[in-house]
Amino acid sequence: MPALSPTMEEGTLSKWLVKAGDKVRSGDVIAEIETDKATMEVEAVDEGVVEEILVPEGTEEVKVNTPIARLKGDGEASSPSSKPADPSPPAGEGGPRSGSDEGSRGNSADVPTSAGKPTETPHPSASPPPSPARGEGNDPDIPAGAKLTKVSVRDALRDAMAEEMRRDETVFLMGEEVAQYQGAYKVSRDLLQEFGPERIIDTPITEHGFTGLGVGASMAGLKPIVEFMTFNFAMQAIDQIINSAAKSRYMSGGQIQCSIVFRGPNGAASRAAAQHSQDYSSWYAHVPGLIVIAPYDAADAKGLLKAAIRDPNPVVFLEHEMMYGHEFDVPDVEDWVLPIGRAKIRRAGTDVTVTAHSRMVGFALEAAEQLAKAGIEAEVIDLRTLRPLDYMTVVESVKKTNRLVACEEGWGPMGVGAEVIARVIEHAFDYLDAPPARVHQEDVPLPYAANLEALSLPSVDRIVKAAKAVCYR
Amino acid sequence: MARAAAKQTTKAKTAKAPATSDKEDLLGFYRQMLLIRRFEERAGQLYGMGLIGGFCHLYIGQEAIAVGMQSIKQPGDQIITAYRAHGHMLACGVDPKAVMAELTGRAAGVAKGKSGSMHMFQPKRDFYGGHGIVGAQVSLGTGLGLANRYRKNGKVAFVYFGDGAANQGQVYESFNMAELWRLPVVYLIENNQYAMGTSVERSSAETHLYKRGASFNIPGAEVDGMDVSAVREAGAKAAEHARSGKGPFILEMKTYRYRGHSMSDPGKYRTREEIDAVRQHRDPIDHLQARLEAAGLADDAALKAIDAEIRKVVADAAEFARTAPEPDPSELYTDVYVETAA
Repeated sequence: MPALSPTMEEGTLSKWLVKAGDKVRSGDVIAEIETDKATMEVEAVDEGVVEEILVPEGTEEVKVNTPIARLKGDGEASSPSSKPADPSPPAGEGGPRSGSDEGSRGNSADVPTSAGKPTETPHPSASPPPSPARGEGNDPDIPAGAKLTKVSVRDALRDAMAEEMRRDETVFLMGEEVAQYQGAYKVSRDLLQEFGPERIIDTPITEHGFTGLGVGASMAGLKPIVEFMTFNFAMQAIDQIINSAAKSRYMSGGQIQCSIVFRGPNGAASRAAAQHSQDYSSWYAHVPGLIVIAPYDAADAKGLLKAAIRDPNPVVFLEHEMMYGHEFDVPDVEDWVLPIGRAKIRRAGTDVTVTAHSRMVGFALEAAEQLAKAGIEAEVIDLRTLRPLDYMTVVESVKKTNRLVACEEGWGPMGVGAEVIARVIEHAFDYLDAPPARVHQEDVPLPYAANLEALSLPSVDRIVKAAKAVCYR
Repeated sequence: MARAAAKQTTKAKTAKAPATSDKEDLLGFYRQMLLIRRFEERAGQLYGMGLIGGFCHLYIGQEAIAVGMQSIKQPGDQIITAYRAHGHMLACGVDPKAVMAELTGRAAGVAKGKSGSMHMFQPKRDFYGGHGIVGAQVSLGTGLGLANRYRKNGKVAFVYFGDGAANQGQVYESFNMAELWRLPVVYLIENNQYAMGTSVERSSAETHLYKRGASFNIPGAEVDGMDVSAVREAGAKAAEHARSGKGPFILEMKTYRYRGHSMSDPGKYRTREEIDAVRQHRDPIDHLQARLEAAGLADDAALKAIDAEIRKVVADAAEFARTAPEPDPSELYTDVYVETAA
């Protein structure tokens, strides 16, 4: 009795279409079987003569793997497929072994597969690695005397790409308007002039397709940077990001490598409304196989994008449109590369830990200044990398402050803040002096009207209120 | 290549095939096609025994396509297809034991037992999967072509998909970019006439799928996918077109699968008579066998010897696959990321 679906355990042998003495070829229908789902035709998988019908038609509840007929191989006592060592007759063709009878009746379903049936796997004693082995060590020291230059986040990202493209000729950039238009947000300004159209590739508006092309090129060993005009449009392509890029290494047992960066602005723009203003942080951070980075300032944007391009794994690099024009100090050193998977304490404090990433870091820092005036010293942690998440930096901070506010621009349910808080509860439950709080977008699609938009998005004021609340102030 | 012209290829090929290699080639094709047939029959059997789980899509009936195309593939040309992948892997020369052991989820499987039937890869044999999402491999394969052009390495990507995938949007997004950028890609539509249970006629406004590149200026041809020589000749022309920098080419391989879409397909959307008619009159292996015999290239005894040899290879693979150990539990956490020292 063959299993005819992944879930079938038994079936009814409703009809025999052959009888003893009939000659069959592989592919001939020999019986009809009713399963829990449908009536299926059973085909012979080998050539030979039907020697004996073992289960008469009309028999119900025939367990999978019960021999239902015996087939004699072409001119042989037993089919060549049945080796003497076989513990059982292959069920799909009936039991081909004409010599022994003892195994052909009353077999329970598991007997035929005893030699190789998957055994119950104990849960591995080794616990999963919390993250890829990376991120050891802190940010590189800035050499004494190195100049700090004011650079916009936009130009820092551009510089990172240009430096990596000079360093490695397998790196190229593709996306909508990245070349002749110089980038929809001018992040790729001047790159076409330096690297030419073979390496700065304007694509049609075809996210699903060009993302698949990028992932395919990475499977062939190139290192594409795929720019999404915004991550809202990457939803068209998310199948290729998750099913193809994130999973192929695992599915191939390590044979396939997708060294690729998916980057572009993520989160709220100004008055762009629901379809152009979504934060996808938690979507991508949910997926094993991806690395997810969301920098705040220009130095991190540069150092982490360079690291992302060099990384052999697929990286989702979430930028923020509202940050592109902001200028920050960037160390003027030759090769500014930062470790992936390390959070950064942006402001030290003793009274409450505030976590944030991307644009929300600025809000958290501003909130901390206001809180300081009220006598509350907030420790602001910039998560920087969301997967792997450096939760131990947060845990250590909470052990000191005993209070936590987790901020993000996206929706709260199942979000980044929910994950940060879960980790803290797992590792520092006894240190908490108040239930942790979350600050996030209201649970609605982002509205257009200026007043509604402001009401929906998280703000400095809300962070201040949440911090005061967990401090019982 | 016009449709009418393509239809004549069988005859033309027989007449002008190089005499020196014909016997070797045809016998070699026969051997490979038979290996795929017997392998898939055995896989179906192991599925029935509960040794193979999940979904399992057999290639029986379509063997001439993978084998014919393999014969004109140059080293470094890439192959990519969907989840009906066992036949393509065997044609690429992947060890039958490793494929069968993957089907049974064993450590010795081609992906350490982590992929199963649908997502196998072996890039060292130019095989890039094995993809479970209908149509996704078309964009990925076009990306392989993009990489070839980027590197100017003269290689061609052979991108297989079915008549079902031919209705996916990303196929046309890929066609557009492939022609726009003159990528070295040959698209091979294995039209087995049914997308799961939906016939081409019930799913496609234009049922001549080789015309689907027309609005992108991609040339196409219809090929008898049950004739390994017709596949070979059409494939060689299409590959030459792509390799010479003229851009992509579409070949619609008319074929047929005898078995259900997957193992759990009751097959009520077509008649038994329809299947039997194809098996009796168009079977690619029977067809080749008749040619070998008619041309005096192999007699009954020689063919029987090949059959016995193939049966042994497959029986050994099956035995290996059912007795090989499962992956070590520690493998659960490996291969998620490329580990970096950073």
